[in-house]
Amino acid sequence: MSIVVKDLVHTYGAGTPYESLALDKVNMEVADGEFAGLIGHTGSGKSTLVQHLNGILKPDSGQIFIGDVDITAKGVKLTEIRRKIGLLFQYPEYQLFEETVYKDVAFGPLNLGISEEEAEQRVRDALSTVGLDFGKFAERSPFELSGGQKRKAAIAGVIAMKPEVLILDEPTAGLDPKSQADIFDMMARIRAEERIILILISHNMGDVARVCDKVFVMENGRIVLEGPPSEVFSQGELLKSKGLGLPPAAEMIHMMRESGAELPETPLTVDAAVDIIDEYLLKKHDRSLAH
Amino acid sequence: MGIIEIEDLVFEYKKDEEDSVRAIDGVSIDIEAGSFTAIIGRNGSGKSTLAKNINALLLPDGGAVYVDGFDTRDEEGLWEVRQRAGMVFQNPDNQLVAAIVEDDVAFGPENLGIPSESIDERVRGALMAVDMYEYRKKAPHMLSGGQKQRVAIAGVVAMRPKCIVFDEPTAMLDPHGRSEVMEIMKRLHADGITVVLITHFMEEAADADRIIIMNEGRVEMDGPPAEVFRQADRIRALDLSVPIAVELAERLRRRGRDIPAGIIKMEEMVEYLCQ
Amino acid sequence: MIRDITIGQYYPGESWVHKLDPRLKIIVTLVFIVALFLVKDFVGYIVAVAALGIVIGVSKVPLRFMLRGLKAIFIIIIFTFVLNMFMTGGTEMIRLGPIAITYEGLYRAFFMGLRLVLLIIGSSLLTLTTKPVKLTDGMESLLGPFKAIGLPAHELAMMMTIALRFIPTLLEETDKIMKAQMARGADFESGSVFRRAKNMIPILVPLFVSAFRIAQDLAMAMEARCYRGGEGRTKLHELKFKKRDLAAALLTCLFLALIIQEQNIMAALMPTLASLASNLAGAL
Repeated sequence: MSIVVKDLVHTYGAGTPYESLALDKVNMEVADGEFAGLIGHTGSGKSTLVQHLNGILKPDSGQIFIGDVDITAKGVKLTEIRRKIGLLFQYPEYQLFEETVYKDVAFGPLNLGISEEEAEQRVRDALSTVGLDFGKFAERSPFELSGGQKRKAAIAGVIAMKPEVLILDEPTAGLDPKSQADIFDMMARIRAEERIILILISHNMGDVARVCDKVFVMENGRIVLEGPPSEVFSQGELLKSKGLGLPPAAEMIHMMRESGAELPETPLTVDAAVDIIDEYLLKKHDRSLAH
Repeated sequence: MGIIEIEDLVFEYKKDEEDSVRAIDGVSIDIEAGSFTAIIGRNGSGKSTLAKNINALLLPDGGAVYVDGFDTRDEEGLWEVRQRAGMVFQNPDNQLVAAIVEDDVAFGPENLGIPSESIDERVRGALMAVDMYEYRKKAPHMLSGGQKQRVAIAGVVAMRPKCIVFDEPTAMLDPHGRSEVMEIMKRLHADGITVVLITHFMEEAADADRIIIMNEGRVEMDGPPAEVFRQADRIRALDLSVPIAVELAERLRRRGRDIPAGIIKMEEMVEYLCQ
Repeated sequence: MIRDITIGQYYPGESWVHKLDPRLKIIVTLVFIVALFLVKDFVGYIVAVAALGIVIGVSKVPLRFMLRGLKAIFIIIIFTFVLNMFMTGGTEMIRLGPIAITYEGLYRAFFMGLRLVLLIIGSSLLTLTTKPVKLTDGMESLLGPFKAIGLPAHELAMMMTIALRFIPTLLEETDKIMKAQMARGADFESGSVFRRAKNMIPILVPLFVSAFRIAQDLAMAMEARCYRGGEGRTKLHELKFKKRDLAAALLTCLFLALIIQEQNIMAALMPTLASLASNLAGAL
């Protein structure tokens, strides 16, 4: 399974004074099993793009292939698209509505028309994936949970639909560092066990650099830069001109370069940055000895 | 004497008659006028509850809180307390009252019974202070998160407080909005306002001149940033992170590099390395 | 998109009409509506249309904005027109099978239709030329005297202010929740009426929870900003009754007098007009 987006165009409020071009011929390819990152300024079109992948928004023109199926074609069933693509919105805990965590997580799977027994198995699996104990949480009201637990329950609701592509829009926004780390552990687990496509929308460049295989940069409804994180984040000036930051490790090295240090590589992790700085200090020391 | 004095504060959320959860368990903090204090902690550590005790939105179950000499439990002085210690909340949408920016900023002064002409002047000044004057006639829902949060700050500034408590003001913002709000916060501090910032972003806390780390309703660590961040392992044990510069310095030291102890910000690190 | 909906549809401007005291504008609008019901013949409408036309002209609000307000209730106008046309007895004009259109019916249909159109345009002129905030201030001030009999004037005005502020937020919230549930396979479009109503639960519960959370947050934020009810509160924009308001009030009285006395005036003028006409005819 792969995703291919071809010349996707979407206009908001066509024909009104508020008309704006949200997607302007977007082309995108994500291969099977890849973990893609989607970054860009607020309003650059990231959310609009992923809502198309799930069939919630319809394009003005262009195509989206999930595997061999063109989901923009006429006659494609929406349930079929939603079975394949799981979309987790920002602050997903606001979508919880059932009396119990169990019922809420089962809502998606049951909408797909599967049996009660299978739904139960899926709820068990999904809760274990997000790290909520079935015995402890299944029968509790989702509204009694802590912020981090609510978020996990909401994520379980999407995972239980067993999507082949899972899109997460700012899944850690507003959480404390511990819950954020839990969510990233969960993503790693899904990746290892399910081998599905993951797409992460995030403003946290450090997270994107750490977990993604491929990064897409959006601006004004277009994809303006794409490639592996090491390539994308080596273009510090370009990203900054688009109002985006760098992963902290890359930012550090970028700042050193601006202060005159000669450092060819751009690190993505703190470990790599430590190596680079260590080597830099060594050379500096040698130079000062030579003088 | 500090502008905010918290003496042995105890606060409990009551679920019902018998069951209650102790959110704050014997906290004593003295905050000096004109200082910039960051309060950090996990969710549920009691940091937000502490903030709400500062301007009498919550009242102590034990101990006492004094704001500029006024006891928060004293009903007579309630409005004095709230006028002196303003508060900016997390959700930028849910704290703006009026459908027009300038009317929202006027809300506080109107409540204080300030004469109409002076309100106009205050609204103007407050919006200028947060660089939102040109948006004064706009509707809040047309603004970005960072802009809304700046309007909320203006609404507090217009009440001419001595101290502003920011309760995770950047948690729901994108990086751009976050830096806008931090910028304004630092500016207000430079203008002499006492700032108390509740956050879990360590890089923001590094800008403060004092860091208080809370855990399970108690003060776990308290001191200048350089001193607090020196104990990186203890901070990590509380499920919190340390700023990137602190972490880098720590790892470089482990490799035998001699990095000075005071480095907690990236700028400082770069300056040291590239000197 | 759902957020494009504008509430209260204010048309910004600096005209004489825009600057009038909102209290006066509310009263004038009420007077105009009452006057419409006092109109007895088309001559009265000519007076009303002329008056409305002058005010619209002075306000500089483009006519299409007025007509936009009509679009929303177009069906009701048509319904009123048709109902009156067919349901009124009298001299038959045309017969279409079992239904007959009478002269009286047609007259009445135009009469009622016109009343409705003028009513809508008149009241939309109020919202088009008055900021929502001013409107609530005006309401609060007008209802003030009724506080003595227990009417919570300030609270009502505050509720309106908050509603105006949060309707766009709640619409956006609804949009978000709906999309999130659609992504979980919820279906809002198909099925029987009962089924569709049941399918709304996944939207309504989160929306209710959201509204509750907003209310809680807002109450706390208002308290933190020293809100303690209407007592002792001042206003950024104090309402002041100016000379132009007095002039407008006098003109409104004149208008009302014209409408009430229109038939008498016409009757008094009739002989003069008739003799004028015959003199004119004789001269020719």
